[in-house]
Amino acid sequence: MEITLGLTDYLILGAVLFCFSVAGIIINRKNVIVLLMCIELMLLAVNTNFIAFSYFLNDLSGQIFVFFILTVAAAEAAIGLAILVVLFRNHRSIDVQDLDLLKG
Amino acid sequence: MSFEVIVFYLFAGLTLAAAFLVIVVRNPVHAALSLILCFFSSAGLWLLLEAEFLAIVLVLVYVGAVMVLFMFVVMMLDINLAEIRKGFLKYLALALAVVAPMILVIGAVASSSYFDMPKYSAAVKQVADHNNTYEIGKELFTKYVWPFEIAAVILLVAIVAAIALTLRTSRQLKNPNVEQQLSVERDKRIRLVDMGAE
Repeated sequence: MEITLGLTDYLILGAVLFCFSVAGIIINRKNVIVLLMCIELMLLAVNTNFIAFSYFLNDLSGQIFVFFILTVAAAEAAIGLAILVVLFRNHRSIDVQDLDLLKG
Repeated sequence: MSFEVIVFYLFAGLTLAAAFLVIVVRNPVHAALSLILCFFSSAGLWLLLEAEFLAIVLVLVYVGAVMVLFMFVVMMLDINLAEIRKGFLKYLALALAVVAPMILVIGAVASSSYFDMPKYSAAVKQVADHNNTYEIGKELFTKYVWPFEIAAVILLVAIVAAIALTLRTSRQLKNPNVEQQLSVERDKRIRLVDMGAE
């Protein structure tokens, strides 16, 4: 039997990647840096889905969308890390549980 | 199995293994390195999907800029590693409880016949000299030129915000304080010294 690659294969890959990053966000509650990395991983999963759809539906709009997601993700990473640096400077800790200044 | 299938499973396995390492390793530096591997293998998958421009952008922007930034920050902060791992098992159970339903639901959706997935099993391959960058550029500068400009502004705002957040030196402003200048009196600036002729 000839095995061919379909849209389903890429969608399942993206879904598993997304589930991994959700699990990572829950597991790494002590470390904001790894939380940011998990968010990057989530965006990667979504981008892979977009590109798979763009390829199999033969429509370039998906790739354009990924371009903009990459832009926003880069901005988000830069600002997130800047906030992290300021946080560490003031708190000496990057534990999520220490961030209770707003008493939320 | 065709070459394409082998490449897909190779890169997909590599991506998933690297992603798994990102969330379980103890050391944040190792997590960042695994994430770099994950981005590289995803770029391979994107090449397989004929998104050449975005694959290169992923390597250049993500591996070359964002992950280097991550590495800088990870190495600058000294983190207590023993403290980080406390309560790992408790959270692992919670994570499994959250993720298992997600996987079940996605599996049910992906395997159902409602979406008629086999229809999308064979994409139209582009010819060998097809220029993906040219096509994206054409779309980007005609149909999506307004979002493109907004993206540029977002990046500018991100630069300004990141610098403003992390700038620590006292801000040495060079503009004059008009009120202070006007309130100056003669006695504050001039001191007459009496010197005898010698």
